[in-house]
Parts: sequence; C-alpha cells; structure tokens
Amino acid sequence: MSLAALVAILLLAPLAAALLCIVIRPARVAEFLNLAAAIIAFAAVLVLLPRALHGPYALWGGYVIVDPLGAWVLLSVATVYLLASIYSIGYMRSLGEETRLHRYYALFAGFALTTLLGPLMNNIGVYWIAIELTTLVSTFLVGFERSRESVEAAWKYIVVVSAGISLALLGIILFYWAGSLQLGPTYDLTWSALRAVAPRLDPTIALAAFLLVFIGFGTKVGLAPMHTWLPDAHSEGPAPVSAMLSGALLNTAMIGIARFIHVADAARLGALPRTVVVVIGALSLFIAALFITRQTEIKRLMAYSSVEHMGIITLGFGFGGPLGIAGALYHMLAHSLNKSLMFFGAGDAMHAFHSKRIGRIHYVLTAMPVAGLAWIAGAIAITGAPPFGLFLSEVTILRAGLAGADSWAVFVMLALLIVIFIGFLNHFRAMYFGEHAEAAAAAVRRPHAEGTAIWCVLPMWLALVPLLALGLWWPQAFSHYFTVIAAELAGGHGP
Amino acid sequence: MGGIFAAHLPPLADSLFSLLAISSLLLAFVMLGSRWLNEYLIAFAVESWLIAILSATIAYYGGYPELYGIAALTALVRGVVLPYLLLRIIRRLKVDRELHERLAPSSSLVVGALLVMFAFVVATHLGASLGLAGTVAVLALTVMFSMKLIGFLMLVVRSEVISQILAILVLENGIFLGSQILVPGMPLLIELVILFDLLVVVACFGMLVRYLVVHAGTSSTRELRSLTG
Repeated sequence: MSLAALVAILLLAPLAAALLCIVIRPARVAEFLNLAAAIIAFAAVLVLLPRALHGPYALWGGYVIVDPLGAWVLLSVATVYLLASIYSIGYMRSLGEETRLHRYYALFAGFALTTLLGPLMNNIGVYWIAIELTTLVSTFLVGFERSRESVEAAWKYIVVVSAGISLALLGIILFYWAGSLQLGPTYDLTWSALRAVAPRLDPTIALAAFLLVFIGFGTKVGLAPMHTWLPDAHSEGPAPVSAMLSGALLNTAMIGIARFIHVADAARLGALPRTVVVVIGALSLFIAALFITRQTEIKRLMAYSSVEHMGIITLGFGFGGPLGIAGALYHMLAHSLNKSLMFFGAGDAMHAFHSKRIGRIHYVLTAMPVAGLAWIAGAIAITGAPPFGLFLSEVTILRAGLAGADSWAVFVMLALLIVIFIGFLNHFRAMYFGEHAEAAAAAVRRPHAEGTAIWCVLPMWLALVPLLALGLWWPQAFSHYFTVIAAELAGGHGP
Repeated sequence: MGGIFAAHLPPLADSLFSLLAISSLLLAFVMLGSRWLNEYLIAFAVESWLIAILSATIAYYGGYPELYGIAALTALVRGVVLPYLLLRIIRRLKVDRELHERLAPSSSLVVGALLVMFAFVVATHLGASLGLAGTVAVLALTVMFSMKLIGFLMLVVRSEVISQILAILVLENGIFLGSQILVPGMPLLIELVILFDLLVVVACFGMLVRYLVVHAGTSSTRELRSLTG
C-alpha cells in the first residue's frame, strides 16, 4: 500500500465516523463506528511507523509530511484514541445521556481527527490551524455534560487557549517575514524551508518569533504559567475526553515546540532559547508540585500531573542531544498510556463514590478490585517509580541534563519529582487505606452500570501491561528510531 | 524581495498605509474607552473595513492582485458577517454594557497608551536590526504589537462574554493588519483558511455563550468562579 493511501486511511477513518455519527442516531451504532475508526487508525499508525523511519516524505503538494517524529506522536495519539474509545463505551453509557450520545461520538471522532492532523502538517501555518481546530472541537467535549462547572471550564479553555495560540500565529508571521527577506515575498513556510533558511534569518526577529511561538504553543501544551485552562478543562470533561486531552492533544502541540527549538538551534540564537525552554519546563514542575500536594479533587490531581509531565518532556527537549530527545519521546508514549489509565481509574472511582473529592473516596480496592489494582499500579508508575516506563525516561532525561549546559535544572527536577512522588502517593494512600471504614462501606456502590464493567476495566489493563513492559525493557528498535529522530531534528537529513 | 516592499514605497502609498494602520489602532482605543457593547461592535466593524481597504491599497501599490480578493473577503467576513453574528448574540443576552470593569475606561486608555509605547520600542528595536528604521514596516509592527497588547488588556479588564470575544478578534485583527503590510505575499490558501477559521471560532463562541446563559445562568465571566485550585 502506498504511503499516501495509508495516511488517507488514517485520516478518513475518524472523519467518516464523525460524519456518520451525526447522521445515524442510535447510540450503540455510534459507539461501534467510533471504536471501529479508532482500531483502523491505530492499525494504520502501526503500519506507518516503520515506514516513516526512512522519511521524511512530503505528500499531497507538500502539505502533509510523514517523518519519524510525527509518526511517533501519531503512535501516542492513536493509542490514546483507541483506549479512550473503548473506555467511552462503558463510561458514557452510565452518564444517562443516551439521546445526545451520538453527538458525543461525532465530536470525539472529530477531535481525534484534528489531533491526528497536527503531527502530519508540513506547512507551519496549516499546523497552527490544526491546533486551533483541536481547541474548537474539544471545547464542546469539555462542556458536554452541560453542568455549570463544565460550561465554565469550556469557556475558560477556549478563551485562554485562543488568546495564547494567537501569540504563536504572531510568531509564525514574524518567521515568515524574516524568511521573506531571504526567499522572496511568496514561499511555502514548511518546517524544512524554515530550518534551511534559519541560519540566514535576522537573529533579533528570529529570537522574538521563537519566544512568541514557544509561549503560544506552550499555552496549548499547558506549560506554567500558561497552564491555567488545563486543570479546569481536564477535570470537567468526561473521563475519556480528559484522557484524550492529556495523552493525545498535549503531545500534538508539543511536537511544534520540539520542531521550533531546532529551528532556533539552526538560527544560531545562542543559549537563550534553550534556557527559556528549560526554565519554563522547570517552572511547570514547580507549579505542579505545589498543586499536587494540596489537591482535593481527583481529576484536578491528574490534570496537574499532566502539567508536571509536560514540564518533564519540555525539559527533555530543552536539554536536547540524542539522550534528551530519546528520553522526551519515550516519556511521551509512556505518559500517554499512563495518564489514560489514571483518568479511566478516576472516572470509575467518581462513579463508584459519587464524588470527585479525594476525601470522599475510601477503600478503592473493596469497591472496584480489578480496576483498583490497575489504578494504584498506574499511580506508582506516574510518579516515576520503577519498574514502569516513566522511570526509564525520567532517568534518561536527567542524564541528558547533566551533560548539558543547564545542569542546575536536573537538581531542581529531581527535588520536585521527589516532592510529587510523596504528595501524589499520599492521596492514593488516603483513598486506598482510609481511616473511615464504616462510612466508606456505606458509600460504596457498584461502579459501573449493568454490563459495562468490561469496557471500563479492559482499557486500564491494556494501558498498564505495555507500560510495565516499557519499564522492564527499552526496545532496541525504539533506540534506533530515536537516533534517527535526533539526527533529523539536528538537521542531519531533515525534511 | 519582500521586506523591501515596505521600505521603498511612493510617498502617497506610504501615507495611506500609515493613515489606515493608525486609524485601526485608534479604533482599538475607541473600544477600550467605551463601556457599551454596541460601540465595541461598531468600532470592530469599522476597523475591519479599514483593514480591507488597506489590503486593497497594498494590492494596488504592491502588485499583488490576489489581495483584492482577500480585501473583499475581509470586508465581507470581518466587516459584515462577524459583526452580524455578534449582534445576534448581544440581542439574545439582554446586556448592553459592561457593568463591572476591573479598570475604568479612562484608566484603560492610559494603560493602553503605555502599551503602545512599549510596542513602539520593541518594533523600533526589531526594525533597526534590519535597517528599516522609520519605514512603514516599523509602523506595521507597532500597530500589530499594540493591538495584540490592547486585546490582552481588554481580556483582562472586561468581564462580559461579548467583550472577551471582541478582545480575541482584536488580537486577530492586529495580526492580520500587520501581516498584510509585512508579508503581502503570504500564500493565499493560508489567509483564506485563517479567515474561515475565524468564522468557526465565532460560531463556537456563540454556541458556548448560549450554554453559559442556560447552564451557568450568567453572561459575565466574573460569575465564573467555581473552578479554582
């Protein structure tokens, strides 16, 4: 099969599902359509992944690019889309919104489509539009439950992110302007064109443009101090949407930052761009540590954990070098798996205990033994403890940092990781081994509606098993993949 | 070569560009200095028309015929359709003015003026490094950054949902105005998609406003305080 056909399948599957779900109303059909699209997209990415290694390939008039970095992000996105689609079936049935459910699946597939589009976009302007579209679609998923809180979260999300991302557009225009002084007034601003012209750009304008772009896409990634929309949106949407926001969407925006960091390198802007990236990454960890230790709501806890992990990935790209990039990419995939698991568990617990408050959740293992076991294993994993994937990637990023210029950040990162480890697991201690046994026993009810348990529990284990495997064994093929990506980003044989 | 377009212009074109850019900036100040939603809307519509005229002027002097199309679409989308959509939202809301600004209009004007000075310093610095000091390019940068900052200021100090939508549209207008002067040769497709994107954005905002009124019972973001920490 040709590469173009593969990309077409990858994008058409969720598009078809989204359109059909608008027309066909029965909820059971919509569930099936979305799940089928997720499976097809996932399969397409698996086929695409090894073939992208020999890329980059430009398709369809140069508007689509298939390169190893993009394919890697697609893998994270498609994995989360599949897991969240399975989980949606169980979770959404128990919300009792049967008549509106087809709209949920239409939006969900549409959201998946926009997140899959981002990493494939070769023209930087079109990439910006893809990121903007993700916001517009996911806003309605965040507000889907139509409660006061969820509509408030949706509003804050769209206003903060639209305003933030307009800074990125300004930065892109400045890059285009700086490039037009060299390349003439009309040219296609692709990633490769920008990197090629970068050494000849005016450094003052390139620096201003880079900072604007970093702040703009950083808003979408949820880096502190632009993270303010993230805890609201992640906590008020339905649990599978939270998983998609955290595991898929943030990565799609992160890829833009990774590519721009290397444009900044090529433009020879000195140490400042990377220092800014590292400082913002460390600040995200700091803010996350503060809010994680004092958190009282279960999904906000997960949301701040996303701020933390985006900070870590940013640090990985900021430290740079083959080691930093490998760590950041490994972290990206492991975090996508892990955070999906955590949001699924949080959704189950919210159903079981009728509350978002950590203080109202006790003896989780009694209420939901199979899901509870996966959830606490995920909690240990997400704090970066061995033997799970995030441990390996965090150690790799720390090593990359020690070798680089900003080694102070390694010690900050290490200290904050320990604080987060204690703070995060303390909440789980309270939820699993609480003090009020009799109150808890009264509050517990069956976490799932009749016949939906399997849909809610299965994706948690599907996430946990590869997460454990990634912790025990760093596949050789991945190392090779990361080496190619590092070379590509450094401009070795870039697109 | 692109940058030189803005550097070597006939004096008439230079004055026209300057006049249109500065008038657009002044209209942003009109929005800043008023508390009536209708006045915001009119100022925004007029600003969009000025930008459309600017596009047409650039098409004429710069020899970019495709910009005539962009000018027509800008007038239609930014100057007519968006204000109409917003007007419909305002009518439904039964709110016609800002009640609780965090900063009175008069003080906002002063802060806005300071922001323009800051934008001018930054723009001059950028222009100087390219040897473009004193050209219309520096003015375009100044107006672009100023409208950006004024948009952010409006987002911060105004709390009615309509004001916030208009603030984001001012951000967009600023970028669009600047890009017309700085990079008139930007591929047509990108400009078209961004225009279309703007329509979708406002449609989405409109639907969300309806949800806010129905489910949160308010059209003021001051009331949206249930999510913290």
